[in-house]
Amino acid sequence: MSFINYASREINCKIVYYGPGLCGKTTNLQHVYQKTAPEAKGKMISLATETERTLFFDFLPLALGEIRGFKTRFHLYTVPGQVFYDASRKLILKGVDGVVFVADSQEERFDANIESIENLRFNLQEQGYDLDQLPFVIQYNKRDLPNVMTVDELRRELNPTGVPEFEACAATGEGVFETLKAIAKLILIDLKKGK
Amino acid sequence: MANPQMVMYDEEFRQINTVLEKLLRESHSKVIFLVDKNGQLISGVGDTEKFDTTSLASLTAGNIAATGGLAKLIGEKEFSILFHEGEKDNLHISIVAGRVILVVIFDSRSSLGLVRLRVKKTSDELTGIFEGLLKKAEEREKQGTSDFPFAEITDDDIDNLFS
Repeated sequence: MSFINYASREINCKIVYYGPGLCGKTTNLQHVYQKTAPEAKGKMISLATETERTLFFDFLPLALGEIRGFKTRFHLYTVPGQVFYDASRKLILKGVDGVVFVADSQEERFDANIESIENLRFNLQEQGYDLDQLPFVIQYNKRDLPNVMTVDELRRELNPTGVPEFEACAATGEGVFETLKAIAKLILIDLKKGK
Repeated sequence: MANPQMVMYDEEFRQINTVLEKLLRESHSKVIFLVDKNGQLISGVGDTEKFDTTSLASLTAGNIAATGGLAKLIGEKEFSILFHEGEKDNLHISIVAGRVILVVIFDSRSSLGLVRLRVKKTSDELTGIFEGLLKKAEEREKQGTSDFPFAEITDDDIDNLFS
């Protein structure tokens, strides 16, 4: 849940990047970190294994600017994508305000995408959230690779409800900020509606 | 939704800081933070500028979440106190009022026993403040007198953030 601090005039929101292992969640955050002005970002923290696979989470705090005199801060988290880290994924979803699902567009990862998005829905339900009620966007990543499925094919399985979706190549940064802006906007609209 | 929205007002913020300042003095600790279970910093007193408070808040919440997961696995509700001992500095982490985390950093000028004793007293005071805060937020919402800053934002306001 977002945290509104009237004393320091700040509002904090939590965005979680979800998706199967090696789909590019950490790469998304790394690109945002590299391309954000130093005054707008904090330190990026990666709790990773020796082989640079996410072990618990990556964390990146961003300050977007002010709305009506309130500093707007977003805390970006990734989950560990590998299947056996499910207990950790559940913990990171606690208090989430918006979710980005990063899909791996490669044909051979199609089943992994489906398994991960079902896992997301299930883990959210366990926390009392409904994915269909939550600010949610989908990113089709790795569009630059040769063996990708078409966006139509991916959409049919992963995005039947038609949430905002973006094609991306997180390694070069294409589509990364478009995705982030979309989820941040949905969260703010949701906050506005909520009161 | 899973949790009611966390809101902080000026009055309670001042009360909390007064309580934390007192704990800082009485426990002879270096710095004290109060963190939301979701990893957002609520307040800090002492030598806060020496620390990356945002990272500290996020990692503390992650730590509490992970040990909370462990607790459930062995049939405990939660582990309400964590203690990390370093060569110079030590970290005492405790859960207050079920939803906020109190982090005390101290060195050899204090001791674990003293910190535990003082934290216990402070926890009761903080619990009272947070219960009052929750009630206040609920009442304001019921009366519709919430001075929620985002109720009147426009699409332009949101777009301007990204320009």
